[in-house]
Amino acid sequence: MAGPEVARPFVEAAASSHPSLIDRTHYMDARFGVTNIPQVIWIDENSTIVRPPEPASPMPVGAAALQMVQLVGRMEEREHYVAMVKDWVDNGSDSRYALSPDQVMARSQARPPAISEAAAHFELAQHLWRREGLSDKVVAHFNAAHELQPDNITYKRQAYSALAVSRSGDQDPDGWTRFRQAPQGGEDWPFISDFNKDMVRFQPELAARLKLPGAESK
Amino acid sequence: MIVDRLDIGAEEFQQATGWEIKPEGACRAEVCVPLPDGGFDLSAAAHRLGMAVVSEPSPGLWAVGPETLGGRALATADASDFRLPDLDGNEFPITSLRGHKVLLVAWAPY
Repeated sequence: MAGPEVARPFVEAAASSHPSLIDRTHYMDARFGVTNIPQVIWIDENSTIVRPPEPASPMPVGAAALQMVQLVGRMEEREHYVAMVKDWVDNGSDSRYALSPDQVMARSQARPPAISEAAAHFELAQHLWRREGLSDKVVAHFNAAHELQPDNITYKRQAYSALAVSRSGDQDPDGWTRFRQAPQGGEDWPFISDFNKDMVRFQPELAARLKLPGAESK
Repeated sequence: MIVDRLDIGAEEFQQATGWEIKPEGACRAEVCVPLPDGGFDLSAAAHRLGMAVVSEPSPGLWAVGPETLGGRALATADASDFRLPDLDGNEFPITSLRGHKVLLVAWAPY
């Protein structure tokens, strides 16, 4: 669920000409405030950030991507994203989308002390999980991270995947076992959140449309 | 960053967090945060930088969270210290792309 071997099939299938880098330690979060994905950062020729991390899709918006961007960012910005990038490529610092360093810092993710504490709990959870599996201690650190930063989906997916992998006996032949997001068939669920609860909390209308457990039908 | 003791040195701190300890304080690019006199102390540096320190008594570990200077994730727009390994473990520094615009896309294969 982290590291080169998980990413390798995707990177090799894409056969891209750009570098593909691996972030095992959630460095992108600590260094730049990248929590959920997809997020994009613009960096100019002098290694200076001109747009901080923001939900973005550099791909043309297809039907599947459309649903995703509705969840992660403002629709109108995402639809124009490719045009924004091209404008920056053509006009550099004169592009109206390129921001000053002060604007970049001000627009970067808010990081109150609770976010730093969440990151520390998450790192402990990850570290201990690799050492001892999904122990009560590990679950407690995951839950602390989820409580301190409820909108960090990455922290949650990693915890849910750890649970799924531990219950599959580490057998994950098709790679989908780890894609667990909520309790299935009344199974015991040790985390304070799950995908259905979060959708009801953060996207109540969509949750109702999808008829998720706990959603109020209109 | 995870440590099994609190008396780590300035070099280890820099390697894990990117904050370099200089005579003027803990520095990243143009930003320097003054530290107490008397040599590097992890707890004091973490406090000044707004980094949470969470302990796990058994087996005796501490995790240090990222800085919270100014209440924002970015304390500087300078990204020249960015580096991550590629698939084969080779470190890739962003400075190798100096002179080019870079679109840094974060994704994950769930």
